[in-house]
Amino acid sequence: MSRTSSIRAGQARAGWLFVSPTLVVLGLFLAVPVLMALWVSFTDWNGRGSPFASGVGFVGADNYRELVGEQGGLTRADFMTSLRNNFYYVLLVVPLQTALALFLALVLNQKMLKAVGFFRTAFYFPSVVSSVAISLVFLFLFTGGGVVNTMLGWVGLDGPTWFNDSRGLLHLLGDGLGLWSISDPPSGLVDGGVLGLTWWQWLSGPSVALSVIIFLVVWTTTGTFMLMFLAALQDLPVEVEEAAMIDGAGRWGVFRNVTLPHLRPTMLLVTTLGLIGTWQVFDQVYVMTQGGPGKTTLTPAFLSYFYAFENQKWGVAAAMAFVLFLIIFAMASFQRWLFRDKDQPSARRARDFFARQQGSHSGTEAV
Amino acid sequence: MSAKPMVRNRTAALLFAGYAVLVVFSFIYLFPFVVQVTTSFKTNSDAVAHPLSPIADPFTLDAFRRLFDTDFSLWFLNSVVVTLLVTAGRVLLDSLAGYALARIRFRGRGAVFTAILAVMAVPGVILLIPKFLVLNYLGIYDTYPALVLPLLVDAAGVFIMKQFFETIPESVEEAARIDGASTFRIFWSVVLPMSRPAVITITILSFQGSWNELPHYIVASQSPELFTLTKGVATLTSGQLGSGQQYPITMAAALLMTIPVALVFFVFQKYLVRGGTAGAVKG
Repeated sequence: MSRTSSIRAGQARAGWLFVSPTLVVLGLFLAVPVLMALWVSFTDWNGRGSPFASGVGFVGADNYRELVGEQGGLTRADFMTSLRNNFYYVLLVVPLQTALALFLALVLNQKMLKAVGFFRTAFYFPSVVSSVAISLVFLFLFTGGGVVNTMLGWVGLDGPTWFNDSRGLLHLLGDGLGLWSISDPPSGLVDGGVLGLTWWQWLSGPSVALSVIIFLVVWTTTGTFMLMFLAALQDLPVEVEEAAMIDGAGRWGVFRNVTLPHLRPTMLLVTTLGLIGTWQVFDQVYVMTQGGPGKTTLTPAFLSYFYAFENQKWGVAAAMAFVLFLIIFAMASFQRWLFRDKDQPSARRARDFFARQQGSHSGTEAV
Repeated sequence: MSAKPMVRNRTAALLFAGYAVLVVFSFIYLFPFVVQVTTSFKTNSDAVAHPLSPIADPFTLDAFRRLFDTDFSLWFLNSVVVTLLVTAGRVLLDSLAGYALARIRFRGRGAVFTAILAVMAVPGVILLIPKFLVLNYLGIYDTYPALVLPLLVDAAGVFIMKQFFETIPESVEEAARIDGASTFRIFWSVVLPMSRPAVITITILSFQGSWNELPHYIVASQSPELFTLTKGVATLTSGQLGSGQQYPITMAAALLMTIPVALVFFVFQKYLVRGGTAGAVKG
């Protein structure tokens, strides 16, 4: 009896000893900082001295009001512009990366194709390379007389000066369709507006410059998501598909009624990771555009950094970070709700994803 | 009789379409790297005039020479040191915590695990300002420890290790325990050696993650002596090289910072492919 309890005490001590370095690091550099930033978001701290010093003023919700309220002025316009940009960015990147990843995985999963390993490696490689290195390469590819414009020239297209072009794609589309003229936008859209931006500004779509970043990010992230789809596809027993084929379902029928439902949990995982990741875009903006041209590549993450470290407006910057957090949280919840019906299983399987990956390891190697 | 050739034709057509898709996309995925390599051996005027030409004419190492006139070697060294420290720390601390959560019974284990899951859910980019605040408050802002300490543990790594340890049969530890081995001894000499695949996965992910990290280094330091590769190379675009874009130099820098990750990638690909999903949270 006493032996058991002493073992138990020893176990408890060992347990806490083993997790304590992790808890200290995560607590000190994650939990505590978040609380400090929450405090700062309610103050007018200017970055000098301690944010807890007596000279630092508590301003209540003023910083948050500056982001969304009438008195915000330029700050609110900047913040809303960054939200607009990021919204269009998410709207394009998430569906594109998901669809392309699924498409490539489906092609790679065809049993009759050879040399699949090479192609899988090729598609995945950009995912492991530094975003800084890739941003530099894309800066070169998309210069005015660069690789991309030269190639467009072969098919008779006159490429834009990508990184200097702040024109919105929706503006351009409307202009092309004769709905409006970019140089003389309809007064109904220019005169009215909401939250510090005119309707015309809200409806810009992503700018040409932002489109390059969208292309870059789809290019770098597809590989990882493709691997997730591929892993799920390889879980699907061939017999199931064959049985469905024999039952008279065509290729399309099998895909719709067997393969897609099977991929549902992976779809949830991929789109959730996509949403969370795309609302945090920072590196590419920092390296390539610093928010320009015409603030059309500003994102909340970069703006928050910029307001804090360049403008020394720490309170407002911290408030931006928390608003961004709420947005990400709301989006992820909304998306879970979209996928809600039918199954707990889908959510559980998404959570078990890592487990399955690692489980397949141990089967072959650990024993 | 006529059905068979039709089926064969269809299969051939599908096969052809499949390969066409793969070839086109692998061109799109690999071509930027080809441009990166060739451009780094060009002169600037050649790079601007013939961006697509696969042959550097004249072939020159000038870009590399000029790159090393900057602080590039210092950045490289800093990145190596930080990456090694972070990787060593993560392998040790992630597996310690993962083992405790998987195998050691202690009061509060559930709460600790929940806390770690919660931390995993916090989007990294909103931590930029908070991290600066705490580093500044602790008085270690703009020091080597500021670059390393906050990265020493990653919640996803703890999670991966925990999942792995749970697959090891408990009987293995029982035998050692009966022999009177301490918990740490069992962990260190029995369980960890059996966990090579998971340890390699964590090593690769940590190496890649800390080598490629940018935002943390931006907010943790400002002195040029503490620039890592990502932070230093990012300054190359903002006028450090004098007037005008010097594309061969930036391509050379991009190439040199890609090589270590590429080597690790090709050698340990299967581990990365398996664990990569955990590192994918950041876009």
